[in-house]
Amino acid sequence: MIAFAIRRILYAIPILIGVSLFVFILIRLVPGDVVDILIPPEAPRRVAEDLRARFGLDQPVYIQYFTWLQRILMGDFGISAFNNRPVALDLFVSLGNTALIAVPAAIIGFTLGSILGTLAAFFRGSWLDTIFSSIAIAGVSLPHYWVGIVLVAIFSAGYNLLPAQGMAPGGFPTTWQQVTHLILPVATLSLIPMGVISRLVRANVLEILSQEFVPALHGKGLLNRGVLVHIIHNAAPPALALMGLQLGYLLGGSILVEAVFNWPGSGTLMQLAIFRRDIPVLSATILVLAAIFVLLNILVDIMQAYIDPRMRR
Amino acid sequence: MLQYPESPSTVPADITVQNVLKGTGYWRLVWSRLRRQPVSLVATVILLAIVFVAVFAPWLTPHNPYTTSSLNRLLPVGSEGHILGTDENGRDMVSRLMYGARLTLLAGVLPIVVGIVIGGTLGVLAGYSGGWVNTLIMRITDVFYAFPPVLLAIAITGTLGTGMGNMLIALSITFTPPLIRIAETVTTQVRTQDYVEAARISGADTASIMRHHIMNNVMGPILVYATSLISISIILAAGLSFLGLGVSAPLAEWGLMLNGLRQVVWIDPLLAAIPGVMIFITSMSFNLLSDGLRQAMDVRL
Repeated sequence: MIAFAIRRILYAIPILIGVSLFVFILIRLVPGDVVDILIPPEAPRRVAEDLRARFGLDQPVYIQYFTWLQRILMGDFGISAFNNRPVALDLFVSLGNTALIAVPAAIIGFTLGSILGTLAAFFRGSWLDTIFSSIAIAGVSLPHYWVGIVLVAIFSAGYNLLPAQGMAPGGFPTTWQQVTHLILPVATLSLIPMGVISRLVRANVLEILSQEFVPALHGKGLLNRGVLVHIIHNAAPPALALMGLQLGYLLGGSILVEAVFNWPGSGTLMQLAIFRRDIPVLSATILVLAAIFVLLNILVDIMQAYIDPRMRR
Repeated sequence: MLQYPESPSTVPADITVQNVLKGTGYWRLVWSRLRRQPVSLVATVILLAIVFVAVFAPWLTPHNPYTTSSLNRLLPVGSEGHILGTDENGRDMVSRLMYGARLTLLAGVLPIVVGIVIGGTLGVLAGYSGGWVNTLIMRITDVFYAFPPVLLAIAITGTLGTGMGNMLIALSITFTPPLIRIAETVTTQVRTQDYVEAARISGADTASIMRHHIMNNVMGPILVYATSLISISIILAAGLSFLGLGVSAPLAEWGLMLNGLRQVVWIDPLLAAIPGVMIFITSMSFNLLSDGLRQAMDVRL
């Protein structure tokens, strides 16, 4: 088990290096560099060259990469080109805000998806299955940012029940007033994990139901509830693993939903950075989100191997 | 969040059957099976209708999609002369939706076509050669899998700069890795089948093995998978334009139209929801078609 965990972690290192190289190449592909943003075009060439030397931009590319990587590994993400604030500070706060909507969304999506998927499998071929499977396929085909707008139209514009935008002041929500701001974004975000997980759970439960141990358990006199425990035991690991990945997708891909609700998370940070051409903020956010996704993948694999020894290969 | 459809790495096509014998009859068989599924048939008809409207938009639109009219802003659905109303600049919604189908379909489908060509080639190459070529291609693919697709697409458009061209590049890069993976998986499995070995022993050269055995087996899973990728690509492409990273105003594109009508939910929610409905219907139809194809071709993804 520990050997598996170590192997899995070691395997992530080349991936992370690849990710950092990819982001570095992306930054280098951007027309112009930091100096072009900082100084007016009519500034004397000597000033530009001095500045380039100070940023290390006169060094060979591979040295620039290593200095960049070294700084990032030490937690120094540089300074925003827009407001001169340390990138790490804003990034940390906005990541927390994204997690605030992504984690509940993953949990809700997982719970609802598991229930829908299991029921659909148990009632295979009935009208219940048709309805649940339609919900699931709609969940993966709906443009979720549009669902967010529709929810705003119903609950904010229509009945004035819930706030349409933004996050309540005061950080981690403790009062009902603060929680109301979470409801619509979380509901929107939970849609896709719900669809994906219920499709997986339905397929898995169907496969388990066709295995021989199910009639055997029935034959031994076990009631439906007892058999269900066995089925859940077998269906849970892949569904849990998928939930871990879903959380990664939600954290890294929440930008569209954040844009609809003006949620001050990492997606909004990226969007602002894109329009401000604030490359330090943009690259740091991309890099950190990708790294989180890779680490979540490792965690999921290790957790899965812990639950199911067959995975430890 | 938006993501590649269910794991392409698991067992794909039924490769134990020799597809070479099926010849042209195979596609007729697929079509006859597809025809018997009412849901897939409806999805196909809807998609054909959307494509038809997109292609012939200039001849079908009742109004010019770019003519603004400050007197006729935000006319409700069902207005005289404007069946689906007018947008925030008084432009006819029906006409804009028709023109929007062009850009949205283009932005959704083109990246997948590029992905099939590049990803399919690289995947077959990796699977057929094995060894270090395989390691090189597949490890680089792994790096792209370290990004959630939305993040990858936004990272590329965001740094390269906004606009339709960069968006198409970004989406093509985003949707190539899953197609590489699926092509590689199938090719690796087919390559070791006995009938390929038999073909080689009886003197078939690499080119004909590629054509008869590898391609025939790879195309099915790729087609099924690519169809479901299109449904995601459309949502993502419209999403990028919605964020202002893709197609720019005043062009008609469903995501961009949705963005323009965002504040209108407070005045006329029905009107504001229309472009999203179009995105949903299109994406859903591709998903249903993919499910139908999967059953008709007996592809297990």
